[in-house]
Amino acid sequence: MDWMFFGEISLAGLAMGGLYALIALGFVIIYKATRVINFAIGEIMMFAAYLFLAFAGGMEMSAWIALPLAVIGGSLLGGVIEKTMIRPMLGESPISVVMVTIGIASILVGLVEFIWTADPQLLPSFLPREPVFIGDLYLAPKIAYGFLIGAAVLIVYLLYFRFSRGGVALRATASDQAAAYSMGINVRRVFNMAWVFGSLAASLAGVLVAATGGLSPQFGIIGLSVLVVVIVGGLDSILGALIAGVFIGWLETVAGAYFGGEYRMPATFLVLAVILVIRPYGLFGTHEIERV
Amino acid sequence: MRIADAKQTYEADEAIWTTQTQKLWFGLFLLVLLVFPFMADSYLLYLGCLVGIAVISTTGLNILTGFTGLISLGQAGFMGVGAYTVAWLSLNTGLPFPVTLLLAGLMAAAVGILVGLPSLRVKKLYLAIATLAASVFLHFIFAEWESVTGGMGGLSLEPAHLFGWSFQSDFMMYFIIVPLAVLMVLAAANVFRTRIGRAFIAIRDRDISAEILGINLLRYKLMSFALSSFYAGIAGGLFAYFYRVVTPESFPLSMSIFYLAAVIVGGMGNLLGGILGAAFMTLVPEALKLLTAALTPFYPDAPVFMSPMLEIIFGALIVGFLIFEPHGLAEIWHRIRRFFHLWPFRN
Repeated sequence: MDWMFFGEISLAGLAMGGLYALIALGFVIIYKATRVINFAIGEIMMFAAYLFLAFAGGMEMSAWIALPLAVIGGSLLGGVIEKTMIRPMLGESPISVVMVTIGIASILVGLVEFIWTADPQLLPSFLPREPVFIGDLYLAPKIAYGFLIGAAVLIVYLLYFRFSRGGVALRATASDQAAAYSMGINVRRVFNMAWVFGSLAASLAGVLVAATGGLSPQFGIIGLSVLVVVIVGGLDSILGALIAGVFIGWLETVAGAYFGGEYRMPATFLVLAVILVIRPYGLFGTHEIERV
Repeated sequence: MRIADAKQTYEADEAIWTTQTQKLWFGLFLLVLLVFPFMADSYLLYLGCLVGIAVISTTGLNILTGFTGLISLGQAGFMGVGAYTVAWLSLNTGLPFPVTLLLAGLMAAAVGILVGLPSLRVKKLYLAIATLAASVFLHFIFAEWESVTGGMGGLSLEPAHLFGWSFQSDFMMYFIIVPLAVLMVLAAANVFRTRIGRAFIAIRDRDISAEILGINLLRYKLMSFALSSFYAGIAGGLFAYFYRVVTPESFPLSMSIFYLAAVIVGGMGNLLGGILGAAFMTLVPEALKLLTAALTPFYPDAPVFMSPMLEIIFGALIVGFLIFEPHGLAEIWHRIRRFFHLWPFRN
């Protein structure tokens, strides 16, 4: 076995996993606050990446202006989706809400094809191009810097949720909605903010992932990998999202490198199936006890 | 105006047709179905066959999702199992189509039971994700098990045959697909007059309560999975005979979502809704194609925008129905019926 090759693949996989962790964080924030499983998260990422393409490619803005604009655009999209399409579903069965997010995903794919056509696109490169070496191991610069940006934002998020007023409100709403409401927390606003912040994390990750791998209307399929991450980590666990994100990213890349691209999805879904059988609520998720 | 129909016996309460008028209308409907292929042109026949296949599959998914409350994203995978079974059997054994179709249904049911096994432990959305995993694995098997499935190139098969007849044209296929669809919907309607069907509904309404009432959850959930995938398998088998080529890409995840959407748009837990939803969702893309063709002389770019428009309309239908008409087309149908029943009074 070639350890050098394995090391490089693993490194690339771990870096990719860092971005998965960021997307999964966005997913978990939305789930924790609103109990909505968001099947449209891949499409929100895609939309933000296309916005970046429009700003940086079409309007020739500097990438460092286009990136924040695209991310803000993506988070606004999340907020609008919550206000117009998720809010009316409050109190409906989870199946219906999930189907609404699937419908939203389809609408977003259609919109993107409508505006930017269905052809695959390349994002203007904006990350430094010098190869990165960790020890002797080579790491593609796009992936490395993508990972660094992602990790930085992730840390900001964690600190925000731990210490800020908004973060406490979100955690309070997640643990007991009625109690939070009676303590004067504006639960509606928390719901909306959760979608905005969740979409923000996803949008940033979307631009970074699209910068390494290209962009097409099928980009949203990455949402399936993220789904695996959050189920394995536990739907309501931020720690789980981080660990499972890195792990699934690594596994997917290694499986793809050693067995071929067609093995990427089955490998991660195999882990998903095993987790569903032995720990359905995920590695770090809360085990909900159901009562009649 | 009809005022009420007081039911005096349980038989009357369980009956599929409660009035003579309903029987009359159903008879008329069957007559229309019988006459249709002789009047319709080839395009309408093609649509008729498509709707028939969709009705069978949607009814199957309705049994699982609408009546038992188990959401499944694996319907396309089960259809694929049926289609590959038919393709393989007709290529390697030459059995007549009723046998291959039945085996396709049974094969899909067996796979359905296997996929349903986690349903004792995981529920609701976790189950949906388990079925999603199953459809990923099935797609992988279709694409990679080349000696049986022909890999990415798929399998091509001969037309269905029976007693020397060859069911090559859409006209001939119509006489397999549509009677089978009618039969299978009626069979489903009858299931819900029995203990099994009532157990399904009890599980949907509250699974823990159902268990306390003495319903063996695992057994009935697996039964629901088996029944639902049996329908999917038959639909997949018909799909194989209809298109006569089966590839892994014939059964993408979007197809599972399509059937789930058909169940929702039609009305969950309502067989009539399943029929309406399947027909509606199959015909919307065709209507859009007609519209595009009509617009092309004026806007030459129209065909370019058709596929994105279809995606948007598809999503908007799902979202719109869930927000504004959660009981689906069936509820609209009932409202129209009520209007005529109560006329000239307001309802």
